[in-house]
Amino acid sequence: MTTTAERPRSDPAALRRGRRREGDDAQARHGLPALGFLAPFLLLYGAFIIVPALYGLVMSFFHTSLVQGGLGGFAGLRNYSEALGSADFWQAMWHTIWFTILTTPPLIVLALFFALLAERATRGRWFFRLAFFAPYILPSAVMALIWIWLYTPVLGLLDTAVAKVGLAAPNWLGDPNWAMGSLAIATVWWTLGFNFVLYLAGLQEIPRELYEAAAIDGAGPWQQIRQITLPLLGRTTTLVAVLQVIASLKVFDQMYIMTEGGPNFSTRSALLYIYDVGFTDFRIGYAAAASTLFFLLVLAVSAGWMALIRRQEKVG
Amino acid sequence: MTGVPYIRAARGPILTRRALLGGALAGVGAAALAGCSTPIGAGLANTQLAPGTVDYWNLFGGGDGVRMQEMQAGFTKAHPEIGLQAITLTWGNPYYTKLSLATVGGKPPDVAVAHLTRAKTLIAADLLQELKPEDLARHGMPAENFNRRAWDAGLVDGKAYAIPIDTHPLVLFYNTEICEKAGLLTSDGALAPIKGAEALLDALEKVKAVTGAYGVTHGINSDYASPWRIFQSMYAQLGGSVLANEGTEVVLDDAKAKTVLSYLRTISVDRGLLPGSADYPGAVALFVEGKAGFHFNGEWEISTFQTAKMPFSMTLFPHVFGDTYVVEADSHTFVLPRRPEHDQDRLDRALTFVRSMLDQSLTWAQGGHIPTWQPFATSAEYRALTPQSNYAAAADAAVYDPAGWYSGSGSNFELVVGSSVGAVEAGQVSPDAAIAQIRSKLADLAGTRPPV
Repeated sequence: MTTTAERPRSDPAALRRGRRREGDDAQARHGLPALGFLAPFLLLYGAFIIVPALYGLVMSFFHTSLVQGGLGGFAGLRNYSEALGSADFWQAMWHTIWFTILTTPPLIVLALFFALLAERATRGRWFFRLAFFAPYILPSAVMALIWIWLYTPVLGLLDTAVAKVGLAAPNWLGDPNWAMGSLAIATVWWTLGFNFVLYLAGLQEIPRELYEAAAIDGAGPWQQIRQITLPLLGRTTTLVAVLQVIASLKVFDQMYIMTEGGPNFSTRSALLYIYDVGFTDFRIGYAAAASTLFFLLVLAVSAGWMALIRRQEKVG
Repeated sequence: MTGVPYIRAARGPILTRRALLGGALAGVGAAALAGCSTPIGAGLANTQLAPGTVDYWNLFGGGDGVRMQEMQAGFTKAHPEIGLQAITLTWGNPYYTKLSLATVGGKPPDVAVAHLTRAKTLIAADLLQELKPEDLARHGMPAENFNRRAWDAGLVDGKAYAIPIDTHPLVLFYNTEICEKAGLLTSDGALAPIKGAEALLDALEKVKAVTGAYGVTHGINSDYASPWRIFQSMYAQLGGSVLANEGTEVVLDDAKAKTVLSYLRTISVDRGLLPGSADYPGAVALFVEGKAGFHFNGEWEISTFQTAKMPFSMTLFPHVFGDTYVVEADSHTFVLPRRPEHDQDRLDRALTFVRSMLDQSLTWAQGGHIPTWQPFATSAEYRALTPQSNYAAAADAAVYDPAGWYSGSGSNFELVVGSSVGAVEAGQVSPDAAIAQIRSKLADLAGTRPPV
C-alpha cells in the first residue's frame, strides 16, 4: 500500500487569530496548475470510462439494439427482470465465481511459496525472478495459443506426458467437467508472476534482525515462516487477495480464445455472456442490464474486502 | 559554452536529454510521413490502405481454406491491377460478430462470405447492400445463372443481397467395400437408392453384420450441428417446420417430431446401429477405420476421406419419410456490407472479385460443394467430377434453417434443437422429454424481442 505524508494540520490557535500558515497558501497556489496537469487524463477518463458507463446505465432501461440507431423502445425494468430470471445469466455468474474459487487460492499460496523460494536463492536470483514473472508479460492471445497446443488431444504435450505415466488423459478443453479446470491451470501459470513480485517486495521489507533474533532463540525455519514472515506479510496478502479476486471476476480472454464459452457453455463467464448477448445477438440494452447487475456484484465483493481491510488496519 | 568539442564531450553526457527527445521526435515524424501507407497509418489517417484494393473477409479454415487460397491466387493472376487483402476469421459466431460490428462502425470489408441463413439476419439488421440487377448484369451474374432454389432462398422482398457460390447439404458417405459385401451396391458399383424408413434400417442392419460394430456414425457428443441436420432433413421430409413468422412463433409439430426422434432412437439405442456418444472427430475416425459402413455428414468432409485413401463414395442423404425429397443444406454466399458512402468503383471491384470466384467453381466443387453457378454446374466438367456430382440434386431439394434472428448456421437455434436431438440419440432423454425441452427453450428465444 502506498503511504502518504500527513498534511500539516492548521494550528487552531493560529486560525482563530486569522493567520494562514504557509502550508495552506501553497495548497491554494498549487490547486489550479494541478488541475491543469490532470486535465488530459480526466478528459480521456471521462470520455472513455465515465460517460460510456453512464450511457450503459441509461441503455439498460431500453430495448437498445446494436444495429439500430437511438435507444429503442422503453423497457423499464424488463431487462433486469429478464436477466435475473435467465438461467443462462445465473450460470454465467456461477461459472465466474467458480473460476475465482479455482484460481484465487493457488495464485496466493503458490505466489508466496515461490517468492519464499526465490528469496532464498543466493546465486542466479535474477533468473528465478525472470522465470516466474516472464509469463505475466505475455499477451492473452499468446498465452492462449501456447496452452491450446499443450491441451491438444492426442498430440499435445500434456496428453503425451500423462500417457507416459500410464493414465488416460481427459479431453482438457472439450470435456465440460475439465474445461474450467484447464483454464484455471493456464491462468495460474500466466498471472502468478504479478503476485510473486508483490510478495517479493513484501518479503524484502521484513527486517533481517527479526530472523536473526528468532534463530538465536532457537526457532526453526518453518517456525520463522509461520511466526514472522506470514504475519508481517499480512498487508501484502490482503492486497494480493483483493486484486486477484477482482481480476478473476473479470475473466474473459481465456474463455473467449480457448473455449469460446466452452463445451456446452460450461466455461461461459459473466463477461463472455454479456459479450454474447450484447454483440453477437445485438441486444445491447439487455447486455447493459446484465453488466450493471454484474458490476453490483463486483462492487459488493470490493466493499466487503474494503471493510475487511479497515478492520485489519484498526486491529493491526 | 566555449571550448573545443572534445573537452566538452569529456565534461557532459554524450547524449543530452534534449538531443534524445529531439531525435526521437524527428524519428516519429519521419515514421509518420512514411507510415501513411502502412496499416496503422492508414487506420489513424482514415485513408484507404492501397487505393484499388478489394478487402475480403471469409471464415474458411481447413480444407476449404486451402481451396479458397487457391482461388484467391487465381483472382490475383487474372486481375493483377486489383490488389486483394484477404482475411480469414474464426468460423461461427466470432466471424459474424466481427462482420456486424465492422459494418456498424462504418469500416466493413468490401466483400465478405456469409452463410445464406445468417445473411438473412444481416439483411434484417440492414447491414448489407442491395445488389441491383443492373450491377449484377454488368458483371455477367444475372439471377438466371444461379441455382434457382439457392438464389430464391436469399431474396428478401424480391431484392437480392447475397450471391451464392455453393450449396452444401447433408450427404451419405458409404464404404464401397463394406457395402459390396453387404450386397447393397448396384451392378455399376454405386449404392442402390434407399427409400423409406424400413429400407434404411434394413441396409444398416446388413452393414452392421459385415462390420461387426455399427451401421452408421455421425457426430453427437459436443456436436449439435450434425444431429440438427439429420433431424431437419427427416422432419422436413415429413413436411414439418419448426419456426414461423421470422422466428417469433414456434410451430413444431409434436407428432412429426416424435416420429423422427423415435426413429433415431430406434437406430441408436434399440438396435445399436449408431454409436450414441461419438463426437465429430470420433465419428469420422470410426468410418475411416471401417467400424461403420455409412456416415452422415456434410459433403465438406470429402477431403478427409480422400486423404485417408479409403474406398468410399457419396450419394444423397436417404429419402426416409414422406413423398417429397428434401435435405438440410446451407449455402455460402458473397455479400457486400453496407458502406457509409456509395462508391461505384469499389462496388465494381468487389463484383469483379465475386465473378472471378464463381468462374473458379471447379476448384471449389472439388472440396465437395455443389456449385450454384449454372454455367459450371450444368457443364460436363462437373458431371465428370465424382463423387461430388453424385448428389447434385440436393441443391434443388435443399431446405434451409427457418428464418429468425437467433437462427442460422452455428446459431443458438441449432444449438437448442441439436443438443436435444443428440441427447435422444445418446439415450439420455426420451423423445417426449426432448420435445418438451425444445419447445420451452425455443419459446424463450421466440418470446425475446428481436433486436433487428
